[in-house]
Amino acid sequence: MLHLILFSVFGLVCVAGAVNLVLQRHPINSALSLVVVMGSLAVEYLLLGAEFVAAVQVIVYAGAIMVLFVFVIMLLNAGEEEHSEGSRVAWLLGVPGLLAFLVMICWVLLIHANIREAPLGALPGHPSEIAQLLFHEFLLPFEVTSVLVLIAIMGAVVLAAKPESVQATKKES
Amino acid sequence: MVPLSYYLVLSAILFACGVAGFLIKRNIITIFMSIELMLNGVNLSFVAFAVEWDKLSGQVFVFFVMVVAAAEAAVGLAIIIALFRTRETLNIDQVNLLKL
Repeated sequence: MLHLILFSVFGLVCVAGAVNLVLQRHPINSALSLVVVMGSLAVEYLLLGAEFVAAVQVIVYAGAIMVLFVFVIMLLNAGEEEHSEGSRVAWLLGVPGLLAFLVMICWVLLIHANIREAPLGALPGHPSEIAQLLFHEFLLPFEVTSVLVLIAIMGAVVLAAKPESVQATKKES
Repeated sequence: MVPLSYYLVLSAILFACGVAGFLIKRNIITIFMSIELMLNGVNLSFVAFAVEWDKLSGQVFVFFVMVVAAAEAAVGLAIIIALFRTRETLNIDQVNLLKL
């Protein structure tokens, strides 16, 4: 019972945040509602027993990535968006199709799928077990992601650098 | 006890909200945030299926998805900054040429 109540409360907060993200006009409001979504998703992970994922969700997503987003919004001084022809077409075609897709998925999942119930904290997700898995079975993908992040950092620096400063470093070298 | 299908429905709703934002919004930063929302919905279904099959690999995959999302956010926001510098706009309707 407690599980169901907690799930419904935080699920509702999550969905409200997601809908608010789509409806808000100003990007900073969207960013803040995305933080709400990520925080309540962390609670849902905790309910499933995935403590490590919940902690990483708060630290990486709600912490690092959202700070990056808010920083860029402030840096570019982004204002309210204006509506245009393209968004009207998206409303007319995209939203009904999406609703049909959603109803179909919910119908399959709730009525026809044979999926079991989860007790509170069902997953034995102790961080040491995840580390065992990550550093033995998934060692190669882990190393590949470290290279990916390194390339992403270098790419971000090159892309965001001012054109003049890139020219200057080229001349020096 | 909560049926796992409720978690999957929640993740489907989050994903659909992300797709809707991606289609409707005209601001490039908000579109980017909608992509993050879709990734979050997928992460929730990864964890729910990890419970369903009693395997921890789902959680490891969530970890990888987060790493890719972080890399994507860093590069994408750098591209947005470069775009704003050349075009002075964030509206994607005005960004329809590869070269200025």
